[in-house]
Amino acid sequence: MTSPSAAPARLSTGERAAAFVVKWGFVAVTVALILFFLITEPSFRTVDNIFGMLKFIAPTAIAGLGVMLAMTVGGIDLSVGASAGFAVSIAAWTMVIANQVGGVAVTVVLVCGLLIGALNAFLIVVARIPDLLATLTTMFVIVGLKLIIVDGKSISSQMTLNDGSTAPGKFTADFLWLDRGSIGPVPVPVIIFLVITVLLWFLLERTRWGRALFAVGTNSEAARLSGIRVQWYRTAAYMGCGLLASVAGLLLAARIGQGDVSAGNSLLLDAVAVALVGVSVLGIGRPNAWGTALGAVLIAVMVTGFTMLGLPYYAQDFGKGVVLLIALLFSFTFSRRRTVVTAGSTTSAS
Amino acid sequence: MTSASPAPVEGHDASVVSLVGVSVAYGSNVVLTDVALEFRAGEITALLGANGAGKSTLIKALSGANSRYTGEISIDGQPVHLASPVQARQLGISAVHQKVADGIVPGLSVAENLTLDDLAQASRHPFRNRKQATADARAALATLGLDWSDAALEQDAANLAISDAQLLVLARALRGRPRLLILDEPTSALTAAEAERLFSVLRGLRASGLSIVYVSHRFGEIEALADRVVVLRDGIVQSNSVRPFEWTEILHDMLGRATTLDHDRGTTHHGTDAVARLEGVQLFPESAPIDLEIKRGEVLGILGLIGAGKSEIAELLGGLAAPLAGSLSLGGAPYAPKRPTDAIRAGVVLVPEDRQRQGVLPGWSVAHNVTLPFLAESSVFGLLRKRFERSRADSVIDTLSVVTSGPDALIDDLSGGNQQKVVVGRWLSADPKLALLDEPFRGVDIAARREIGARLSTLATDGAAAVVLSSDVDEIFEVADRIVVLVGGEIELDRYADEVDRSTVIGAFLGRASQPGASASELPESAPERTSNDQP
Repeated sequence: MTSPSAAPARLSTGERAAAFVVKWGFVAVTVALILFFLITEPSFRTVDNIFGMLKFIAPTAIAGLGVMLAMTVGGIDLSVGASAGFAVSIAAWTMVIANQVGGVAVTVVLVCGLLIGALNAFLIVVARIPDLLATLTTMFVIVGLKLIIVDGKSISSQMTLNDGSTAPGKFTADFLWLDRGSIGPVPVPVIIFLVITVLLWFLLERTRWGRALFAVGTNSEAARLSGIRVQWYRTAAYMGCGLLASVAGLLLAARIGQGDVSAGNSLLLDAVAVALVGVSVLGIGRPNAWGTALGAVLIAVMVTGFTMLGLPYYAQDFGKGVVLLIALLFSFTFSRRRTVVTAGSTTSAS
Repeated sequence: MTSASPAPVEGHDASVVSLVGVSVAYGSNVVLTDVALEFRAGEITALLGANGAGKSTLIKALSGANSRYTGEISIDGQPVHLASPVQARQLGISAVHQKVADGIVPGLSVAENLTLDDLAQASRHPFRNRKQATADARAALATLGLDWSDAALEQDAANLAISDAQLLVLARALRGRPRLLILDEPTSALTAAEAERLFSVLRGLRASGLSIVYVSHRFGEIEALADRVVVLRDGIVQSNSVRPFEWTEILHDMLGRATTLDHDRGTTHHGTDAVARLEGVQLFPESAPIDLEIKRGEVLGILGLIGAGKSEIAELLGGLAAPLAGSLSLGGAPYAPKRPTDAIRAGVVLVPEDRQRQGVLPGWSVAHNVTLPFLAESSVFGLLRKRFERSRADSVIDTLSVVTSGPDALIDDLSGGNQQKVVVGRWLSADPKLALLDEPFRGVDIAARREIGARLSTLATDGAAAVVLSSDVDEIFEVADRIVVLVGGEIELDRYADEVDRSTVIGAFLGRASQPGASASELPESAPERTSNDQP
């Protein structure tokens, strides 16, 4: 006995217009920006530029996808920037100081990422520290640990060590391929970015594990009573986030070609911003992979466009801030749907 | 504004606060209808009612916490509008809420907590000095005849024992010399001895002319303390009586929904063999162990007030808690679920009590809400099968006549009763061996209740066992084949519905519960700390 009488109340014209803006606003802004730059800036039009833009934003996007994953279980991870920076230094240390090949460096970095995620999960799930505070703390700890390991210095090939000798290793070609390589016309970082986006989309939207992650973030008590291992899924989400942050770090390391100690510092805010923009894209109202990717593309277009227009670098932050503000207004203020972003309030769930 | 004694005697039995035609509605949902009451000086009025009867709503309106009431509240014959708790206090109505911890600001001293209300006033003294605060605090405590040491006053209020904290909030409520004091389940966290201490304080206050509204589920306390009993049910005052109390009548008024009594539930099925057994299971540390057999082919109704042990039984079988003592068996084999998954796999499902907090996934479609506990079944190699999910949802929508535009509709767009049908249907959709429904009819209209009841009946006749846990006698008579009455964690009655009448069932409640002078400890209200499995 299906009856349509429970259909949502009819909306006024104004409400429908607002709903339309909330749903399509970001896509429209992104398209409009692209069109604007296409018309005004001839150099914007090249294929190279498009891939360049995507390549430039790939680490941010991947770290943002990590934050998005933490957000699915109702949490957040503020340590992604630090984890990426840690990955940069650890990759450099493994290759330059420990004289290992790129494959080893990648493995070591990914394991470190999982361990950082496990540490976050331990603090949040077992020690029950609120997610914002726990990951803020790990951020400090990881940055400090990194500086201790590398003696506070950026590690580069052929650097002079403390004992006067020259470092035995260097950034290997296979490692640098992560940034400089391409398959067909598509740069490797862009491929990694797209593959991760597709995988996460598939995981979250098509599999039962994704459904369970969202259930934990939406109503952890109902999820628990439905037989979902809430703590297990929260742990998995934070470990996944740590892993993705370290992938972002690998791409940064390959781009810079040395273990810059300041790398990753600016990544956190951008990553959180793209994840939050992702929540509001298409009025979805919950963390999602394609929205996050689109948020990253929007920021890439904006930054590239601003640069081409000759605006100073500090104008970029202003632009990002405005975009994020609009995203939050869309998600929390104008949306009819309940937005499921509950960072900081999830640790009491059992 | 402080004084050494509470409100002066101004003639006992004079009406202090009177209500005429007071109603409260949340949207189209009327939760309090046309209440007319008088609270008199020097009288303790007990307010009784089952969950959702409207007690809290009435208290909120009286204490200024909900200013959106209609009708008239007068104090000393003067009509007033209670717009905020501060205003209500200024007009002489003070309330002490159930959760004492909510009334204490940890980190502030006892003295500061006692004088907390001063902070809310645009006060004459922007910079309060400690000495003054201590003096004011002493004055407040003197109202209760308490003389706490300076050290006690300066310690962090968070360190107070619960009964002392209770006295603190009480003293604070009395500081403004209220005419009417509202106490919401003040003994729920106290031991019997602590409760006795509170009672003697309350008797003293009554003697000094204070009017007191006392909310409690403990009949023994009310018998010992109250001068008048007001019963609320479904937002309507059912009765208003003075001593001597007719407890049977009062329970009838409180538990029954007489208007729906004539519903014919058809034949009573007698179950066959046991699906599940509780053997020597102890529900509370101080209660005796119980044995209970849950049989195939019947709907078992377990009746009890809050704290009777209903939810505890559901939690044991649902894998949310381990028994304090005794053992469970399912289908003849030992059964010790460690977490909800174990129960679900074994075919035992639990529809939890609180739909919003424990059941519904807001922002999700009906279909996704339905399949949540059965994700493994709904997927192949982890890949969710959309068609399976939709057909599951369709069958829930069909069997329970859920009013919705379809499986893809957001659950938020359904009415409360229909959301409840989805939640119940979710759990029954996987053909469970044993279905436990904890207060499934709360906030549910009569049509939805009938449909859920019919579904349970079908489930039982198809060879499963269904258990409904409720505090409403008529609900139980409507759906159950067999009725078990729980009081204080122990079974008072276990009979088939066709062998027992309403009065006997209500009498079972009274077995021990309302013995005059029965001490609070005989009716455990709040479940003690229990071992929960899924805690890290």
